[in-house]
Amino acid sequence: MGRATYIRRRLILMAFVLFGVTVVIFGMVRILPGDPAFLILGDRATDQKAAELRQQLGLNRPFLEQYWMFVSGFAHGDMGQSLLYRQPVGDLVLTRVPITLALAGYAMGLAAVITLTFGIVAAVNKGRWPDQLIRIGFLFALTTPNFWFGILLILLFGLTLHWFPVAGFGETLPQHIWYLFLPALTLALQLSAVLIRNLRGQIIQTLRSDYVRTAHAKGLSERLVLLRHVLRNALLSTVTIFGLQFGFLVGGAIVIETVFALPGTGQLLIQSITARDYPVVQAITVVSAVLVIVVNLVVDLSYSFLDPRVTYE
Amino acid sequence: MSEKAIGVGPAQLTRVTPVVRARTIRVNPTLLTGLGLLGLVVLIAIAAPLLTPYDPIAQQFTDSFLPPFSPGHVLGTDNFGRDIWSRIAYSTRLDLQIGLLSVLFPFIFGGFIGIATGYLGGKLDTLVMRVVDVLMAFPFLILVIAIMSILGPGLTNLYIAVGVVGWIPYARITRGETLATRHLEYVLAARTIGCSSGRIMLRHILPNVIAPALIYVFTGMVLAILTGATLSFLGLGPQPPTPEWGAMIAEGRQFLLLAWWMTTLPGLALLVVGVALSLIGDGLAENRGG
Repeated sequence: MGRATYIRRRLILMAFVLFGVTVVIFGMVRILPGDPAFLILGDRATDQKAAELRQQLGLNRPFLEQYWMFVSGFAHGDMGQSLLYRQPVGDLVLTRVPITLALAGYAMGLAAVITLTFGIVAAVNKGRWPDQLIRIGFLFALTTPNFWFGILLILLFGLTLHWFPVAGFGETLPQHIWYLFLPALTLALQLSAVLIRNLRGQIIQTLRSDYVRTAHAKGLSERLVLLRHVLRNALLSTVTIFGLQFGFLVGGAIVIETVFALPGTGQLLIQSITARDYPVVQAITVVSAVLVIVVNLVVDLSYSFLDPRVTYE
Repeated sequence: MSEKAIGVGPAQLTRVTPVVRARTIRVNPTLLTGLGLLGLVVLIAIAAPLLTPYDPIAQQFTDSFLPPFSPGHVLGTDNFGRDIWSRIAYSTRLDLQIGLLSVLFPFIFGGFIGIATGYLGGKLDTLVMRVVDVLMAFPFLILVIAIMSILGPGLTNLYIAVGVVGWIPYARITRGETLATRHLEYVLAARTIGCSSGRIMLRHILPNVIAPALIYVFTGMVLAILTGATLSFLGLGPQPPTPEWGAMIAEGRQFLLLAWWMTTLPGLALLVVGVALSLIGDGLAENRGG
């Protein structure tokens, strides 16, 4: 299969997944027994209030028409009105998304540095103490609850040593980088724990291959073999996992935002749930799913450009 | 094979009792450490009433904010004067239960789906795989939070929310294994002598594909316990005053400088359970040459 066919198939799949995502979100509040209006307002709401809400959300219209309104609204950027803030959901969510994305991107950058450093050190020292130490250290990082680790970082580096601010994200770019360092590090350590395992395994496997022996035989330095020959091939599968982990990263960012009091999507989501602001919850869920779909598409496509040998199935 | 077996016809073959292979579980240091740690945790969960001198929800305002190693309170007390050790020990029961139950049903359901789609293929396989594609598009935690926001907080709803996506890894693992198994001789043999698809899947394929899924159970439990603690940290889990590690961490946050132990200690408990389960999973994987 050629690259064009592959891309076309991949896009068709993406359209299908997008359709499925909207069906799931749309159906979620409607398949449950009981009246969604009372679900949102609470049991003690008056009948009149419930009727108003049904009207506002379009719940009194036919099912298919409701779905169509929901999807076409999203396509136009109209995601309804927030019940709590009384303003368009789209504006509310989209002003928060950049903060969450910045945090996720920062974490990915840090994770890349951490993974490369420790992955290579572990692989070239296979079985010796640096390898064991890294393995045990990142086993802990994998199982540490990230919200708890974030609080510990605040306690140590914020409240005790005063090296980093404990809340907010600053105003200028250097300030952003400084303010977001601890939250990004919290997320990056957990992400790296997954990636290092993979990269270590890949490097060890690649080191055994014939072309690496050839490179050694023709007298290339250890460093050159590792960086130019081994790493390039070993990184491919790690990059794929990187993409697959994006969903976890976004989910983690939501929690970490509440820990570090960052005014991103996460904070809005938690607020909206407490206030039963269902249109906002719905919008955030869709936007985050779309982000994951797009990132995975980009990873899959870039993969096919990075490694020309990849045959598409 | 014995001489007798050579001449047997199909009717007799079906009655041959399966050869019981003695699969010894080799105990490596990783597995042993994990099992030891988990044993300790389970012991604490079972014997919580015997090991703790206080009621985990009894408030004693005269004793609030006592630091660890205070007389009578090994791990100190919280803002309500409740004994932290008692709360951590009782919470062990709850968090182990969350880990176990959030994995049990997804494991069974996912396992069956994986074997069925892998063996039968066709439209069922396509349909299930597309459903998986859609569910995988959601960030796990956000979908769980969204479902919890509709169902409302509480333990049963937590199991449902985690279960909606929790079955996917098991289905993927067993499906992959089944695809690799379905063309092997013993499956063909079973089909030749007229076994039904259901019988082949249950009696022949299931025992041979379930091991990798079982290994993943331990990773799944870590994920479930962390998810449970996260939700309860966000206020969506078991409601106060029920002792739960995530909720305890959230309560302690307000008193971070005043009483660091309120936040630090429940997190350590979570870490110990997570490390124990991960070590067991890793140890079992090592045994299989992973």
